Amino acid sequence: MVSFGRGDSTFKLIAGILAGSALAILAVSGYTLLTGALPVLNADGLYFFFGTNWNPVIGREIFGALPYLLGTLVTSAIALIIGVPISLGIAIFLSEMSPRRVRVPISYLVELLAAVPSVVYGLWGVFVFRFYVIDYIETPLSNYLGWLPAFSGTPFGLDILSAGIILSIMIIPTVSSISREIITAVPNSIREGAYSIGATRWEVIRNWVLAYGRSGIFGAVILGLGRAVGETMAVTMVIGNTVGPAAVPTSLLKGGQTMASLIANGFIEASPGTLEISAYIGVGLLLMIVALIINIGAQLMVTRVLKVKRGAIE
Amino acid sequence: MQSDQAAKMSSLGLSAWYDQKQALDNVTIQMRTNSITAIIGPSGCGKSTYIRTLNRMHELIPRATVTGQVLLDKEDIYGPGVDPVMIRRRVGMVFQKPNPFPTMSIYDNVAAGLKLTGMKRGRNLDDIVKSSLEQAGLWDEVKDDLKKPGTSVSGGQQQRLCIARAIALQPEVILMDEPCSALDPVATAKIEGLMTTLKEKYTVVVVTHNMQQASRVADYTAFLYLGKLIEYDETTRIFENPKQDLTERYITGKFG
Repeated sequence: MVSFGRGDSTFKLIAGILAGSALAILAVSGYTLLTGALPVLNADGLYFFFGTNWNPVIGREIFGALPYLLGTLVTSAIALIIGVPISLGIAIFLSEMSPRRVRVPISYLVELLAAVPSVVYGLWGVFVFRFYVIDYIETPLSNYLGWLPAFSGTPFGLDILSAGIILSIMIIPTVSSISREIITAVPNSIREGAYSIGATRWEVIRNWVLAYGRSGIFGAVILGLGRAVGETMAVTMVIGNTVGPAAVPTSLLKGGQTMASLIANGFIEASPGTLEISAYIGVGLLLMIVALIINIGAQLMVTRVLKVKRGAIE
Repeated sequence: MQSDQAAKMSSLGLSAWYDQKQALDNVTIQMRTNSITAIIGPSGCGKSTYIRTLNRMHELIPRATVTGQVLLDKEDIYGPGVDPVMIRRRVGMVFQKPNPFPTMSIYDNVAAGLKLTGMKRGRNLDDIVKSSLEQAGLWDEVKDDLKKPGTSVSGGQQQRLCIARAIALQPEVILMDEPCSALDPVATAKIEGLMTTLKEKYTVVVVTHNMQQASRVADYTAFLYLGKLIEYDETTRIFENPKQDLTERYITGKFG
C-alpha cells in the first residue's frame, strides 16, 4: 500500500471525528430524553405506557401516553395501506412502462411532492382537502359502514382518517422514488428469461421484478413508515388534537392525537420544572423508541428473514 | 441446397431496426425440422438480433421494429392477432449468459413456465420437471438439491438449468443465443452434446461466434454480415466449399 503522508492521516482523523459525532448526537439525545423523562416515569410508572388519562393540573397530575402511541401507529398504518400501493404503481409505471419522454418529468414531479413543506400540506388539509374527505370518503363510509365501530362517528374531516390520508400523500415521494430505483436495478436478463417462457408483462413485473426487488422495496416502505411516524406539523393541523381517553383511536372518524402532535400542541404551554414537561419528554422518548424498533426490525427483516444475498432473495 | 425437408420455421425478407438503425436487411433463412441451424458472423452482424426476432423478443426493446415474415408451421408469427406470449411458449430461448431466476429454487426455475399456464403443483408437474432436467442432462447432479436457489449451481449447470426451463414448456423450436460463450470448455462440450440430442425432439437454432462449434454441431449454417445473409447452406458445404468469397474469408479467419 502506498503511503500518502501526513495529509492523509489528518483527513482520516477528521473523517473519523465527524463519523463519531453522529453516534455522539444519538447518545446525547437518548441520555437527555431519558433523564428528562425520569420524573414522570417515577411518578406514573407503567401507567405512563398503558394509561389513557392526561391531566397536567398541578396536584392532580397523571400522564398516560397510550392513546398517542396508538394514534401514531394507526395513522402510520393508514398511510402505508393507502400510500404504498400508489407508490408501487408509480414506480412500476415509471420504470417498466412509461415512454422515456414522460419518465423524467413525472419522476421529477413526484419527487417535488417531497419538497412541499409539511405545514403547507397541513394548511391544504385544513382548508381544502378536508371537505373532499368529508364528502367523498367519510360520508359514504359513515353511511354504509357506520355500523362498524371503526367507522362510527360524524364525518368532520379533522380526524384520524384525514391525518392518515395526508400522511399517505407525504410518504409517496420517498417510497415511490426508492422503489423505482430498486425496480430499475433489476437485471434485464431476469426479465428476458421470464418473457422467454411466456410470461406476460404483468406476470414479469409481479413474479419476477417485484420478487427480485422485494427486500429493497421493503426498505423503501420502512423509510416511508419512518417519515409517517415522525411527521408532526401536517398531522397536528388535521388530526383534531383530542387529549385523554377521548384520544384512543377507536374510530377512524373521530379526532385523535399522535405522539408527535401531542408534543407539538402541548410543550409551549407547559411551565418549566413541572411534571408536565417531563411527560412531554417521556413521549418524545417513546417516539424515539418506536422509531428505533421500526428501523431495527426492518434491518432484521431485510438481512435475516428474507435472507438477502447479492441483492436477491434466496 | 436441398429444400425437400420440411421447414419448421423460416424468415422471409426479414428486416429489423433499432430506432432508425437497421440491424437486419431482407434475411430469408429456413430452419428445418429436427435439425440444428447455426447463425454465424462477426460481432455486430445482426445474428443476435436475428434470433431474437424468431420468438418476438426483439420487440421488447423500446423502438425496435421488424418488417417481413417469420413463419412457424407456415403461420406468420407477426401476423395480426398473434399473441407473442403464445409464440414464446412454442419457441423457447436460452441466453448468452446463464440467467436462472435467483429468487426461485431449481425446481421452480423449471416449473415457472408451466405455472404460468395455470398448472398446479403435484405429481404431473414433478414428472415434467424431472424429465426436463433429465433431457438437459442435469437431473443426476441436482436431484437432491431441487429446493436450492437456481443460482447456487455452477455456470455450466445454470445454463443446462436454463435449457431445462425452456424444455419444460415442450416447445417446438429452441433458440440458443451464444449459449456457451460464458462457459469453460468442459461445460461447452456438455452443451454441444446436449444440442445434438435435443434436435431429435426439437428444431434448434443456435447463434455462435465460434466457427468450430458451428461446424461440430450444426446441420445447416447461415453466414450473416452487416445485417445481410451472405450464404446459407449445409454446414459441410459452408465450411468446405463456400460459394461466396466473403464466407471463405470469414471462415478462414481473414476478418471478423
